[in-house]
Amino acid sequence: MTLLHWAILAPFLFATFIPLVYKKIPKIHTGWFVLVLPVVLFLYFLQLLLSQKHQETMISTVEWIPSLGINFTAYVDGLGLLFALLITGIGSLVVLYSIYYLSKEKEQLHTFYVYLLMFMGAMLGVVLSDNTIVLYTFWELTSFSSFLLIGYWYHREKSIYGAQKSMLITVFGGLSMLGGFILLYLMTGTFSIRETIANVDTILSHDLFLFAMILILLGAFTKSAQFPFYIWLPDAMEAPTPVSAYLHSATMVKAGIYLVARFSPIFAFSAEWFWTVSLFGIFTLFWGSFNAVKQTDLKAILAFSTVSQLGMIMSLLGVGAASLHFENVQFYTVATLAAIFHLINHATFKGSLFMVVGIIDHETGTRDIRKLGGLMSLMPITFTIAIIGAFSMAGLPPFNGFLSKEMFFTSMIRVLEMDLFRADTWGILLPILAWTGSVFTFLYSMVLVFKTFTGKLQKEKLPKVPHEAPIGMLIPPIILASLVVIFGFFPDLLAYTLIEPAMASVLPSLLTDKDHFHVHIEMWHGFTPELFMTIGVILLGTVLFLTLPKWKKIYNLQPEKLTLNKMYDRFLSTLDDTSSRFTRFYMTGFIRDYLVYIFAFMIVLVGTSMAIQEAFSFNPDHSASIGIYEVILALVMIAGTLTTVFSKSRLTAIIALGSVGYSLSLFFVLFRAPDLALTQLIIETVSVALFLLAFYHLPELKRKEKRLRFRIVNFIISLGVGTIVTLVAISSHSERVSETIASYFIENSYELGGGKNMVNVILVDFRGFDTMFEITVLGIAALAIYSMIKLRLSRREEG
Amino acid sequence: MFETVLVISLGLIAISSFLLIIRLIKGPSIPDRAISLDAIGINLIGITAIISVVLKTNAFLDVILLIGILAFIGTVAIAKFLEKGEIIENDRDK
Repeated sequence: MTLLHWAILAPFLFATFIPLVYKKIPKIHTGWFVLVLPVVLFLYFLQLLLSQKHQETMISTVEWIPSLGINFTAYVDGLGLLFALLITGIGSLVVLYSIYYLSKEKEQLHTFYVYLLMFMGAMLGVVLSDNTIVLYTFWELTSFSSFLLIGYWYHREKSIYGAQKSMLITVFGGLSMLGGFILLYLMTGTFSIRETIANVDTILSHDLFLFAMILILLGAFTKSAQFPFYIWLPDAMEAPTPVSAYLHSATMVKAGIYLVARFSPIFAFSAEWFWTVSLFGIFTLFWGSFNAVKQTDLKAILAFSTVSQLGMIMSLLGVGAASLHFENVQFYTVATLAAIFHLINHATFKGSLFMVVGIIDHETGTRDIRKLGGLMSLMPITFTIAIIGAFSMAGLPPFNGFLSKEMFFTSMIRVLEMDLFRADTWGILLPILAWTGSVFTFLYSMVLVFKTFTGKLQKEKLPKVPHEAPIGMLIPPIILASLVVIFGFFPDLLAYTLIEPAMASVLPSLLTDKDHFHVHIEMWHGFTPELFMTIGVILLGTVLFLTLPKWKKIYNLQPEKLTLNKMYDRFLSTLDDTSSRFTRFYMTGFIRDYLVYIFAFMIVLVGTSMAIQEAFSFNPDHSASIGIYEVILALVMIAGTLTTVFSKSRLTAIIALGSVGYSLSLFFVLFRAPDLALTQLIIETVSVALFLLAFYHLPELKRKEKRLRFRIVNFIISLGVGTIVTLVAISSHSERVSETIASYFIENSYELGGGKNMVNVILVDFRGFDTMFEITVLGIAALAIYSMIKLRLSRREEG
Repeated sequence: MFETVLVISLGLIAISSFLLIIRLIKGPSIPDRAISLDAIGINLIGITAIISVVLKTNAFLDVILLIGILAFIGTVAIAKFLEKGEIIENDRDK
């Protein structure tokens, strides 16, 4: 265990002490104790960052299940470190924010922080694991802890609904991803991601390549809320706002982005990867931003905006994959650069926006933009933060969002120049969707700020009297907003510390030894097409914002029934209905029906497998000659059986059954088995007596003597079972492959067993164990009968 | 000659058993059936005895004895059941 492993596991260990701290020190808000951990971890990762500027990667392994090749391998490279810094950095701010957001008196703080720390540890595990199975383990842990956090206010129906929905969708993706990992293992024989990357040539030419890719992408798309799996994210907004800020904007939803980036070196060579990732991403961008405009809940706007921004990062990663095919590397890697840069930017501004929304909710009591307005003068600091965050989100200078949006446009335009994967045909979709998506992004960013902070104050609609938030609540968003501005003015701060190593992890094959990607981010490119696109976005966005009430009806065009949420709900309820109807259809509760299934399956399975193997055979060589006694006795037996089946009264059936048993004992006599004959006689007598006993005690009401009804299905099945068993018996007798071991017993029963009665010697000597357990069976039966008769609890209660 | 006699007697017992079985199936009252069952048991004794002669073994003498005992017990049990409505009286519980 190195320090790195302890760093990953620290949140889990820390979480175990939280309830204790909560119970023992109730005076101090538990969050203050929790705050220590992410800060320390952040400093630790920052120190790692500074010490390994030159692409030194840290790797260390702790054996977990070495026999299966599953080891807890912690691996730090540029990409992992970037995410670890995001997780711990924003984690610290969120914890600080939550101290002021969650009340010490009203909330169950210990559960909240345990879940949050669990999530933090799981997330660190996801980004710092080199072993796919370990990665999957942590991945599911993030799903679980997210489920717990969304359902934090578990008495609210909507929280439960949201938690369940996110759980179902992300776990579906997680399981698909596990399938993908297993396929990768089948192709390469290793669970290690680095070794898998080293074997990329075998994977590319393998048949399973496409399946593995699709499965892993399913995992990434569900986690990162891509179309059509984004539907869980808006419903996850029922979580407390710190959770939304942390999980559903900055960290968990980026796990899918991480996965795509991490597996880019493996899959990025294929055209399928390029098209799937970019098209799904770009469509998610458009769809998310388009739908964000119609939302009236601030958190819902932010949720859809998160969906759209994640789509943007995803599409950039997809486009960046194309650079593997070109000589002119610098021209196309800008997409990857933009993806990573925007990843950081999005975490900063979206985190701050969520916190702003939390403050508004906290201070006014509502998040509905129809009730809000005119908060500018009342909450000046919050307003400033909001305007920085929203303008950065809209892609306006001088904030960092502008820089990444410019690069986004650049990379989308460059798609048009690719003579690859037939990008010249469908590739035109990318810039168009990117641009329209950006217009809507601008629009909802403006809605977010101006509908909330400007206009008229509607005091009568607000549950609380609005005022500025406490300073502790403002510090985290202020820090994030200052980062937005700092990264906007000095993007080179990030360039070679964070972005370049991360790019090297995403596109390792483009680098030769000691080589670097050239990262240069600047505000002013000159009069490029990108700039005009941005100006176009601003102009059209402003016009659309001003005329919003006039064209908002367009959102009613999509019928309610066709939305993905409705489809999801309908899918679940149909699944529920269909499965219960299906269960009711065959689980009738009647034993006769189950016996029909059992016997029908027996006929079909045995019959078809015998037929397929051509195992039916008839070979009379081993058969003995048939004597007159056997024939007569068989006739008697058949007569008894038929009487049993067709008798009108039960008494006749019992007696006829007895006669069958007695003829069986005669058969034993005839086939020279005296012991069997003796036993059979006694047992038959006893069981006939027991049948008579049961018959006599039948209840009066239902004691109608009736002939068995004839049912054609039962007839066919009984006929089938009889035929099959007969055929199997004849075939097995005809195909006898080896001699019996009877001669051994004949020779040795006196010499070894000391008895002349061979049957008895076998029963108690050669095969004594069977006898012992049959004695046990009889003992159990006797005890059970005794207890059934004596222990009648229900009757005792009555008496 | 001896073999033939055995076969003939077996056949006769078989016919007698068949007739008894008809009575067992048709028997209008339960005592009819009980008597026929008893007689079938006795016939079984005969059949077993003759078969052991045919098979030239004395391993089945136990069987003969057993059938006799069982037929007796069974008939007595049925008789008592018809008479009193139960076979083993147990008044102590009630």
